[in-house]
Amino acid sequence: MQELSARHLLGIKDITAEDIRLIFETADNFKDVLNRPIKKVPSLRDITIANVFFENSTRTRLSFELAEKRLSADVINFSSSGSSVKKGETLLDTVNNILAMKVDMIVMRHASPGAPHFLSRHIKANIINAGDGTHEHPTQALLDSYSIREKLGDVAGKKVVIIGDIMHSRVALSNIFALQKLGAEVMVCGPSTLLPKHIQSLGVKVELDVRKALAWCDVANVLRIQLERQQMKYFPSLREYSLYYGIDKKLLDSLDKEITVMHPGPINRGVELSSDAADSHHSIILNQVENGVAIRMAVLYLLASKT
Amino acid sequence: MQKRLIVNHQLLDIMVMRLCHQLIENHGDFSDSVIIGLQPRGRQVAQRLQANLETILGMRVPTGYLDTTFHRDDFRRRDTPLTANATHIDFLIEDKKVILADDVLYTGRSVRAALDAMIAFGRPANVELLVLIDRLHSRHLPIEPTYVGRRVNSIQSQRVLVEWQGQDTQEDNIWLITKNEE
Repeated sequence: MQELSARHLLGIKDITAEDIRLIFETADNFKDVLNRPIKKVPSLRDITIANVFFENSTRTRLSFELAEKRLSADVINFSSSGSSVKKGETLLDTVNNILAMKVDMIVMRHASPGAPHFLSRHIKANIINAGDGTHEHPTQALLDSYSIREKLGDVAGKKVVIIGDIMHSRVALSNIFALQKLGAEVMVCGPSTLLPKHIQSLGVKVELDVRKALAWCDVANVLRIQLERQQMKYFPSLREYSLYYGIDKKLLDSLDKEITVMHPGPINRGVELSSDAADSHHSIILNQVENGVAIRMAVLYLLASKT
Repeated sequence: MQKRLIVNHQLLDIMVMRLCHQLIENHGDFSDSVIIGLQPRGRQVAQRLQANLETILGMRVPTGYLDTTFHRDDFRRRDTPLTANATHIDFLIEDKKVILADDVLYTGRSVRAALDAMIAFGRPANVELLVLIDRLHSRHLPIEPTYVGRRVNSIQSQRVLVEWQGQDTQEDNIWLITKNEE
C-alpha cells in the first residue's frame, strides 16, 4: 500500500517522483470514474474542505470544487473580495476562524509566495496550494505532466519548452520541478526581460528564439503574459511580443514534426497563441482542463487519508 | 507463522467446476447474466469462472472487474490508504442478473462497498454473491453468499490466502495462515 510522503501539497519541490507517480495512478482511476454515467464516489463524505481564494480564479477554483463534490466532500467557498480581509484581518486569523468551523482541508490561493507554507506551520488541517504568487502552482504542473503522459505515453525523455512570461509564472516553476522529477528535458523561452536571471541554475536550457525552441521540443507549454503582476514594462507592446513570441498555425505547420501545444489558461488569444493554433489538432488545452479534475481528486483523496 | 493447506489445486478445480454447474442451474443460458469480480483478488475468480463456463457452454459470459476502493467505509480509519485498482466493466448491468465473485468473504464490508459501487453501471435485475471461501462467524454486516466453495471456521488473527497458478505460485492453493502469538 502506498501513500504520499507529505501531509500537504505546498509545491512540487517538496514531493518526490514516487509521489507524482502515485498521484497519476490514482488519477487514472478517477478519470475512469469521471467517464461513467454516475460520476461520483463517496470517499470523502465525512470531510469538509474550504476553498480559500485570496486571488481571482475561474478554472482552478471550479476544478477544485468539482473534484471535491465528485468525492462527496462538503465544500465551503471563501473569496477575499467582500470578506473581513478587507477589514484588516490577518491571514492566520481568517484561516483559524474557518478551521474553528471544523474544516479538515484547506485549498488556498494567495498572492504572496510562501503563504501556504506559513500556514502549514501553524494549523493542523491539510493544505493544498492552489497558487501562491509567483512561486508554485503544484496541481497545474501535475495535470500538465499527466496530460503529456496521456498524449505521449511517458514524460521521461520528452523535450518540453515553456514559452512566455517565466519570471511572473508560478506555473513555470512548478512545471520545471515536475518535468525534471519525471525525467523530461526542460527549456524556457521568452524575451530576456521575462526570464529570471539565474534560471539556468535549475538545470533548464534557455532559448530566446521561439522558432528554435519549437524546432527542439516535443511539447510547447505556452504561458500568458501576466500583466497584473508586472510592475513595469518588460517589452515595448503586446503587439511586438505577439510578433516575436506569438505562436500561430503557420508557425506550427512550418515545423518538420508534430508538436503538442499546451496552455494553462486563460488564453489571451492573438497574443501568445493565435486562435487557429489554440483550436488546432496540436492543442491539448481542453484535455488539460478535463484532466485537472481527475488530478485534483487524486490529490484530495491521497491527502485526506493522511490525517 | 503457520500455514495450513485447506484446499489443494485438484480440489479447487473440482470446487470451481461445481460452482459453475450451480450457476448454470440458476442462470440457464446466461443470456441476461454477467460476472463481476471484485478487485483485486476476485478478478482471478471471475476469470476462472468465465473460462470454465466457456468450456461447458461454449459461450463467453460477459465478465468485468469492479474496484471498490473509493466506496469503502474505512477511509481515514486505516493507517495507510488503500491503493485503487482498475475497474473494467464494458457492459451495462441494467436489468442484468449480476454474479459478484470474490475469493474470501470475511466481514462483508467489501461486498457492501461493491453493491454501492456497482450502481454506477446501472440497476441490476438481481445480484448474487459467489465466494470460494466463506469465513464463518466473522460478519459485520447482514451479507451472506449465494454460492460457496468451502465454509471455514477461523479466528480473527488468522488469514485465508488464495494463490493462483502463474500469479503467485506454481499451482492453485488455498491456505489458512495463523500468526504466531508474540
